[in-house]
Amino acid sequence: MTIKELDNIRASKKDLIAVRRLVKEEGEKLAKKTGYRKQVLVCGGTGCTSSHSMKVIERLEQTLAELGLDDVLVVKTGCFGLCSLGPIMIVYPEGAFYSQMTPEHAETVVRQHLVKGGSIVKELLYAGTVTESGDIIPFAETPFYKKQMRIALRNCGVIAPEDITEAIAAGDYAALEKALTTMTPDDVISEMLASGLRGRGGAGFPTGRKWSFAKASQGDVKYVCCNADEGDPGAFMDRSVLEGDPHCVLEAMAIAGYAIGSHYGYIYVRAEYPVAVERLNIAIDQAREYGLLGKNILGSGFDFDIEIRLGAGAFVCGEKTALMTSIEGHRGEPRPRPPLPAVKGLFGKPTILNNVETWANVNPIIMNGAAWFSSIGTESSSGTKVFALGGKITNVGLVEVPMGTTLREIVEEIGGGIPGGKKFKAAQTGGPSGGCIPASCIDTPIDYDSLIAIGSMMGSGGMIILDEDSCMVDISKFYLEFTADESCGKCTPCRIGTKRLLQLLTKITEGKGEPEDLDKIEELANHMKQSSLCALGQSAPNPVLSTMRYFRDEYEDHILRKECKAKVCKALMSYYIDPDKCRGCTLCARNCPVKAISGSVKQPHVIDRTKCVKCGLCESNCKFGAIERR
Amino acid sequence: MSEKKSTFHGTAAQKAELQAVIEESKHIPGSLVHVLQRAQGIYGYLPIEVQTFIAEGMGVSLSEVYGVATFYSQFSLTPKGKHRISVCLGTACYVKGSDKILEAVEKELGIKCGECTEDGLFSIDSCRCVGACGLAPVMMIDDEVYGKLEPGKVKAIIAKYREA
Repeated sequence: MTIKELDNIRASKKDLIAVRRLVKEEGEKLAKKTGYRKQVLVCGGTGCTSSHSMKVIERLEQTLAELGLDDVLVVKTGCFGLCSLGPIMIVYPEGAFYSQMTPEHAETVVRQHLVKGGSIVKELLYAGTVTESGDIIPFAETPFYKKQMRIALRNCGVIAPEDITEAIAAGDYAALEKALTTMTPDDVISEMLASGLRGRGGAGFPTGRKWSFAKASQGDVKYVCCNADEGDPGAFMDRSVLEGDPHCVLEAMAIAGYAIGSHYGYIYVRAEYPVAVERLNIAIDQAREYGLLGKNILGSGFDFDIEIRLGAGAFVCGEKTALMTSIEGHRGEPRPRPPLPAVKGLFGKPTILNNVETWANVNPIIMNGAAWFSSIGTESSSGTKVFALGGKITNVGLVEVPMGTTLREIVEEIGGGIPGGKKFKAAQTGGPSGGCIPASCIDTPIDYDSLIAIGSMMGSGGMIILDEDSCMVDISKFYLEFTADESCGKCTPCRIGTKRLLQLLTKITEGKGEPEDLDKIEELANHMKQSSLCALGQSAPNPVLSTMRYFRDEYEDHILRKECKAKVCKALMSYYIDPDKCRGCTLCARNCPVKAISGSVKQPHVIDRTKCVKCGLCESNCKFGAIERR
Repeated sequence: MSEKKSTFHGTAAQKAELQAVIEESKHIPGSLVHVLQRAQGIYGYLPIEVQTFIAEGMGVSLSEVYGVATFYSQFSLTPKGKHRISVCLGTACYVKGSDKILEAVEKELGIKCGECTEDGLFSIDSCRCVGACGLAPVMMIDDEVYGKLEPGKVKAIIAKYREA
């Protein structure tokens, strides 16, 4: 591949991609030049494929073929972000945003909208794009999208990730070209340093400094690694980048290879992400075929290639030294530092390791410059951050906002608030290593340092919203179960500490807690933070410490009053049937696995608390909301 | 290694397939995890016989193979069901009550998480996040994802696999 050939690919698909980024009128003008009257983009990310978006594509193509509509292009893209309303489908040039599509809906859209002279099927649109008066507004102006700024996710939901020509036309590999042809390795590193980009995997270490250390390390062989072992349960931004724009990661790794003098990269990705793995494999094959990986890239004399290694389900392998041990084929146990990986990393060679989202920021920094990037966000945390918004929130999905956006903006505006009229209680960030942001801190601007100041941490970007029905002691116990399970066992403070913390929390949730348990938790937690070998053990106590800091009253309720106000802890609550609401439909009695419910037809039923195992099946089945927790 | 009496019955074709994987991988540094993944794909699990075969083929000790096989949660030393049920216990699913989904599955099948039914039809595992958080709570049966679950829906979903 020569630079001229790369330019030709860009030129051939430039308009096609531009239609997907433009507002209506300009898009319509441009669409005429592309040969496609309409482009239909359907999400092929894990969220939407799980709700059967592939069947939507199938029916679209069938119906289009049946009607002979060959000027409509169907594109399978990555994630659009609004996962709770999937499958999502966008029609350009109008930008009509259809949500919760079924194959039947897809057929309706083809017959009423995509045919020549057709018009938008308003009742199938995402409700947020239709105003009360019935006008259609562009989805970019809906509350969910308006405050977002897509840098890392710039191509997700815009291009077909399995087609390298679309990726090139959308801007991928332009930064590699620029770096190889106009910049020295030192130029690249100074640009990265000046951008202020910090590692998006959680720790927030400046990326440019990491690269400069590795460049300074002497060695004939160096490695560039990508951490795609997204272990925080509830975070899925790395997966979405890999599924939606895998080439941006390959390109960035090659740029880093050029900067530090490395010719080989590894991507360590979770085996639990089959779609991401498949698209990465396709992307690597295509990049090699196009000469964008391999020998003498773009005629520059620079060689770089990448290999995928699949993780096998171990949270600790998200820790950098453990990840490298795992790539080497061993039990993924962490190693003491120093030596730093930049000096002695993978296979004992100087290595840099960055997370997927970090890599996704490299192209825009090289293309637009460090000054542009550092103008976004806050002084100490430049750029944007992608959050996987989940839990008790209306708009579950992926959002990318400038650093410094407040939690209130994310929850109330972008997230659409808490469903069911419930009250916001806290946001959990940073997963099993992080902490919670209580309602009292909802106006905190979110960046690396402000989160640490309030006892939480950025983490990789999982953001779980909790409402008044969530018990903070139970959530801490949940995370400790996770870390106790995932502790690799190499060092004692983590191996024993997580177990003992979990025992104490279990005791409290079972109503057997004693007042001195809280002091024991704090003492043990501090030991673990100071003496564990790696970040897993050092940060495992964070969820407990942070909830004890802001919700100590809940711990005290459990211990002193044997009460769980959220009615989550089973030992401290029981189910009860409200006789005024019960219609005597017998559904609960028939389905109760332990026959604890009795009553005659059309008469209020009663739960025998001595038999009830509190499985909650009656509550989930009752159509009249008659089952209460007390 | 106090494994129960082995019920392993590997075929010659499976052995040949694994042999080929070992041959193509043994010179690549750090490929043991990869070989175990492929072996589990071939046999469905990693009985001690398979681990021994890999150790000999790769020229590493059995303890090294066993150490790696028992470290990662993806690997199983016991057979799994024909239909593998995996209930997500990631945070997004947990706060939406996935623990109750798991209980409902366990009750429906009369086995605990990590076990396999006697007829070999179902096994239950928990997993940490399949990345479909928008559909929480979710479970997977084989490659199919079931989202927005409630305990009351579990029975009907499992019944489909009983009939099939």
